[in-house]
Amino acid sequence: MNLLSVRGVSKRFGGLQAVEDVSFDVLQGAIKGLIGPNGAGKTTLFNLITGFLRPDRGSIVFDGADVQGLAPHQIAARGMVRTFQQIRLFPKMTALENIMVGCHLHTRGGFLAGMLHLPFTWREERRTREKAGEILGFLGLSEVADEEAIRLSYGQQRVVELGRALACEPRILLLDEPAAGLNIRETAEVGTLIGRIRDRGVTVLLVEHDMSLIMDISDEIVVLNCGQKIAEDAPLAIQRDGEVIRIYLGEGDA
Amino acid sequence: MRGRYLPVAAFAGLIVAIQMATHFTGSGYHLTQLTMSAYYSLLAIGLCLLVGYAGQISIGHAGFFAIGGYITALLTTHDLSSHQGLALGWLAKVGVLSSRTGLYGGHLLTLHPWAACLVAIVATVGVAYAIGGPVLKLKGHYLAMATLGFGTIVYRIVLGSPLVGGADGLSEVPPFVLLPGLEVSSQASLRVQNYYLAWGLVIGGMMLLLNLIHSRTGRALSAIHGAEDAADAMGIPTARYKLNTFVLSAAYAGLAGVLLTHFNGGIGPSEASIMKSVRYVAIVAIGGMANLWGALLMSLLLNYLSLRGYFGTYDDAVFGGILILIMLFAPEGLLRRQLFGELRNLFSRDAAEEAP
Amino acid sequence: MGLNSDLFFQYVVAGITYGTIYAVVAIGFNIIYNATGIINFAQGEFVMLGGMTAVTLSRFLPLPVAILGAVAVTTVIGAVIEILFIRWLRGPSVLRMIIITIGVSILVREVALHVWGESIRALPYFTGTSVTSIKMGNVYISPQVLWVVGVSAVAVVALSAFFNYTMLGRQMRACAANRDAARLCGISAKNMVTLSFMLSAGIGALGGCIVSPITYVQYDSGTPLAIKGFTVAILGGLGNSAAAVGAGMILGILESFSIWVLPAAYKEVISISLLLLILFIRPSGIFGSAEASRLKEF
Repeated sequence: MNLLSVRGVSKRFGGLQAVEDVSFDVLQGAIKGLIGPNGAGKTTLFNLITGFLRPDRGSIVFDGADVQGLAPHQIAARGMVRTFQQIRLFPKMTALENIMVGCHLHTRGGFLAGMLHLPFTWREERRTREKAGEILGFLGLSEVADEEAIRLSYGQQRVVELGRALACEPRILLLDEPAAGLNIRETAEVGTLIGRIRDRGVTVLLVEHDMSLIMDISDEIVVLNCGQKIAEDAPLAIQRDGEVIRIYLGEGDA
Repeated sequence: MRGRYLPVAAFAGLIVAIQMATHFTGSGYHLTQLTMSAYYSLLAIGLCLLVGYAGQISIGHAGFFAIGGYITALLTTHDLSSHQGLALGWLAKVGVLSSRTGLYGGHLLTLHPWAACLVAIVATVGVAYAIGGPVLKLKGHYLAMATLGFGTIVYRIVLGSPLVGGADGLSEVPPFVLLPGLEVSSQASLRVQNYYLAWGLVIGGMMLLLNLIHSRTGRALSAIHGAEDAADAMGIPTARYKLNTFVLSAAYAGLAGVLLTHFNGGIGPSEASIMKSVRYVAIVAIGGMANLWGALLMSLLLNYLSLRGYFGTYDDAVFGGILILIMLFAPEGLLRRQLFGELRNLFSRDAAEEAP
Repeated sequence: MGLNSDLFFQYVVAGITYGTIYAVVAIGFNIIYNATGIINFAQGEFVMLGGMTAVTLSRFLPLPVAILGAVAVTTVIGAVIEILFIRWLRGPSVLRMIIITIGVSILVREVALHVWGESIRALPYFTGTSVTSIKMGNVYISPQVLWVVGVSAVAVVALSAFFNYTMLGRQMRACAANRDAARLCGISAKNMVTLSFMLSAGIGALGGCIVSPITYVQYDSGTPLAIKGFTVAILGGLGNSAAAVGAGMILGILESFSIWVLPAAYKEVISISLLLLILFIRPSGIFGSAEASRLKEF
């Protein structure tokens, strides 16, 4: 069952066709990789899928419903949650509080309830705190719960951002370069983490430059170049695809 | 969680202490300026929520204060005795009219302050909703200019409209009778009551805001301020929350306008001026941007000093200067959280150097 | 109220006169914005300072010298403001910059209040008096209007020549386009910023001088001008000085004819409403592109 279907999506910025007629599906429960050289349009595609940009053409179907044109928070409410290429943790909040923000979607209290400190909010706050604590535990970061999030190590920050997205209880997670800037050990840990996330029933679509990571954990890989999809196949096949090799290594004397 | 209300109790204690001090030194007349400070502080904490927590600048908030004040002034001084008609009869039946003798002995039929207050608040909230939507879509300089523009429009309208007294404003605004014997007015005999009434209201408003920032919504606002698109990606409806915050802060400003107008017995176009708006931003800035207590304390102090004339003719210059100095040297404000940490480091370093 | 051709023409002339000044203020905004990404809320004060200083100087200096002196003094003040308040900031946020320039605007206004009081001043008409008029075709206009338009046109052309044909001007444009690349070529970004403030102050002061016989200056004439100048700058597209001229005319004439519909006291409401409308609907202005409307970084 396809959880996410991207069909003929295109986006132009002035003179630049950033994404051109891209189509692919993501099976429920799968881990799908998205690779391509710099400037291939991967982040733009993420922005289009998650509502931060509006496609010029094409459709995006999530869980059977059209979502192109919806606002980002509406798309997140439906269960499609993304992370960002450059870490976007909330400054002035601890790691725990950052993850608590992720619980926003599944709690109720609004302005009036907040101002009047209504009783049902007491329970909600407690549960939110507990849930965030659980997620930190799952991520192995319980010791840094009360540290200011932006003071953590880069690797830890990436994991906290992942945890924050998990708190939204997503059906699908779109991860934009989750291993960027991480060393080999940290990258492997992220790989394991993504596997455990999939085991919890979350579908994953991820963009990565680290080839070993993405080849290792992906069930299927989509390759973009200059805004167009040039291949979609199992990792081994992609590794042998002549076109893919060419765009990464250039025309050589092969 | 209870710890949250400890500062509230301490502040209430401070308010009582101040009043006692004026009582024992026979300087009860200070209470008038202190009461006016209270109403300005109501606006300040609302603005602090908007600027510090939701991260939206507004250099036009005096406009909301003026909308509230002018509407209540107009409705409680505009004589309806000469009017006829169904609407008037209905109003009388609903009980929102009040009649009294005017300054020169004539008979005056106006809207009751309660009704006028309601209309004023509804109008302020309405305007805030109307302009908030488009205005908050703007960023940075555009947002600042738009709010500046809004404030200027309100100023020009009240300055140029004979209906609301033009440059002279409106006066002879009646007291706001809350209960028999308890009214918002500048009558000397009711000075102490008015003082506690005003500051009680501010403390109440403060508690509401403190609750808000410690709630799920408050966390969402901090998230919006910290990284707006990440907040969006977490499912927080940022546009709606920013608008609600804007409207809430406008409501605080409008209510402050209503009550201060009844307290003073009148209002003039200077209350809508850009200088006032800048003054409010200066107070929030020096108090620490995202620090409700800072804004409250600074508002109490600076408004009191300004109203008692300590700044003389340099009033505007003082606030302008404060703003610049804060922005140049301490953009997080003076009473920021890091301050205590920094002070501690300062002292512990000195102690370490003295040790052999 | 019928509108005969004479009245119509008077409105147009008034519109062009005020429009020219708004365009001058807008160009001042654009110069600083292009070089730094800052919107200088104190721009209007430069115009006010130019006019007030010229009036004071004209008491003991011949008029042309007084005007040059006023422009020079204001230019220096512009440099001083930049050095004192802007130069040494490291990566300030937009909010901080806005508030600082607002604060500067207030301080300048307060100083002007204490130096010159609340009185309204004006330079004498450059040629003739307030009732002199020149016949053009079959209508009469004051020669001062020709001075306003003429001097402004010369200033705009001179500025344009400066930016396009002189080394210094090109360096400023380079800095505006790509600060880091410019620095790599040895252009001192800091000095370009100071220079932009000076140019902005100078042209603002010139505008203040030439228009003061008609509009008078007062210690607080700065802020309303800043708002209108900003409106014009946005209308033409922020940073686009050529468009600012046309946009200035549009606002000036719109304001002028608004008397037909609204009492004069609400004139400013017209221009601000226009500003808000533009900001809401098309912040890139008439001639700007959507990408250009994304604000620059300082």
